[in-house]
Amino acid sequence: MNPDSTIVTDVVCPLCGSLCDDITVRIENGKIVEVRDACDMGESKILGHDRIKSPMIREKGELKEVSYEKAVKKSAEILAKSKRPLLYGWSSTTCEAHEKGIKLAAEVGGIVDNTATVCHGPSVIAIQTVGLPSCTLGQIKNRADLIVYWGSNQSQAHPRHMSRYSSFIRGFFREEGRKAKYVVVIDVRDTTTTNVADEFIKVEPGHDYKLLSALRAVLADKADVLPDDVGGVPKDAIMNLAERMKKAEFGVIFFGMGLTQSRSRYNNVVNAIALTRELNQFTKFVIMPMRGHYNVTGFGQVLTWETGYPYAVDLSRGYAWYNPGETTSTDVLNRGECDSALIIASDPGAHFPGKSLKHLSKIPVIQVDPYHNPTTEFADVVIPSAVAGIEAEGCAYRMDNVPIMVRKLIDSEYKSDEEIIDDVLNKVMEIRGGK
Amino acid sequence: MNMAGGTVVIKSNIKLVTGRLIEQGVLLEDKMSEAYRDVVAVCEMNGKDMNEYNVKSNVRVKSEFGEVVVKAKRNDENPPSMVFIPMGPWANAVIGPNTGGCGMPQFKGIDVEVKATKDKVLIVEDLMKTYMGGVD
Ligand code: SF4
Repeated sequence: MNPDSTIVTDVVCPLCGSLCDDITVRIENGKIVEVRDACDMGESKILGHDRIKSPMIREKGELKEVSYEKAVKKSAEILAKSKRPLLYGWSSTTCEAHEKGIKLAAEVGGIVDNTATVCHGPSVIAIQTVGLPSCTLGQIKNRADLIVYWGSNQSQAHPRHMSRYSSFIRGFFREEGRKAKYVVVIDVRDTTTTNVADEFIKVEPGHDYKLLSALRAVLADKADVLPDDVGGVPKDAIMNLAERMKKAEFGVIFFGMGLTQSRSRYNNVVNAIALTRELNQFTKFVIMPMRGHYNVTGFGQVLTWETGYPYAVDLSRGYAWYNPGETTSTDVLNRGECDSALIIASDPGAHFPGKSLKHLSKIPVIQVDPYHNPTTEFADVVIPSAVAGIEAEGCAYRMDNVPIMVRKLIDSEYKSDEEIIDDVLNKVMEIRGGK
Repeated sequence: MNMAGGTVVIKSNIKLVTGRLIEQGVLLEDKMSEAYRDVVAVCEMNGKDMNEYNVKSNVRVKSEFGEVVVKAKRNDENPPSMVFIPMGPWANAVIGPNTGGCGMPQFKGIDVEVKATKDKVLIVEDLMKTYMGGVD
């Protein structure tokens, strides 16, 4: 082995909401050359690749390299003169950067929102409506004997979740690992997750709400009102599942965008939570949203302790105003309302509907990101940043709301998101103070 | 592209579902690459549907909200009358922007028409250009 090589253990993977903290990384001459124990997604992110090299400003349609100071100044000028800027993204950076971002949003009277808006936003609304009987992933690992994945393709979206926290792991009371657990997948199609399940229940698209209600009816001893088939699922299968849920020692429902993005959206989640609550009359049952980006959960935390609300907060009135459907990013864009946007640690270019992108293409856009992505095509100012969790440290929240510090492994020639936002904030204050 | 939005009536019994794929996750930070396009600009269909619509290579997927050309890929685990496009820029050309008052666009369960085509799949840069400068 190369004598300059350093091995770092217990590295936290800054990619998905599983936030695996058991990764080993080998560093040679200030570069990460090997990643062990991460999944393919995590490994690819930790190894890194071609970066945006320099800050850039768009002139006559072309992005031209400029100094960092110039890019910060231009960003501050755009934000300072906007009436209703949108400050969007945040889910792939640290809570320290979130705090600065919320300050910046307050200073410029903007709308601050994160990727939850197109992911688990409906879950957040549901949780505010009816609460969330949940627990930590550690408890699930040690206790769960019935695991239900509902509209969540674990093996593709959170590849190590099953082996670290849920289906395959041996736990304190589940020494036999996978054998000690019964795994059910409920989805609209056969996926790679269904292949490892004991039972696959195929529901017709958009019929999850009905199926949840049917399960609740069985729990309430009202099975006689059920038709023979609910959303493509035979009554027998529903009866069996309800019975299995009641008899479990510790059951869990992990749900994904199969619930939040299909018809009925947050109402699906409200119904799933109600089912979980009712199951607690028979046994211990918990429910957990499968959060996507590694720190989407953290942004919700920081925004809540700063403003009282978890996402989509409008600070233009001088106080916090939260009204999903009005203050959520895609709605604000679809209505053509905001007059500039700062996009950080996310990529709406790849994940927003076409209609929202049409408005984004018309307004000045500032992008802070390590990588060139579809959003860069709309950007008027681009500021490359250090990769949080690899080149910058800070706090992140796992999907079960457990805070974990992500680490700095190597030096970077770029500033961290936190520093960049702070520089922009200071510049904005300078401009506005001078008025 | 249907610039007006909401005026095209789709007569079809095909539902579009979008979602994650591990390969899409691997290339999450490398979206301008050809590899990303190969993985994400794809429409998974059941073999039955491919036969019925005479699909060989590319398909044009059209919804009330827009249309996009992607490469067809046979996946018989996908039920007939349901097509899957991984989340990303190509899927976003056809998903529904309406959020039903809760901020969430329609990413799953959209009515679409699927037709075989010889047209090419756009690269990300060109796809993004289709959003620029149009009228709402
Ligand atoms: S499961 Fe998620 S957190 Fe764990 S290694 Fe893979 S991408 Fe990283």
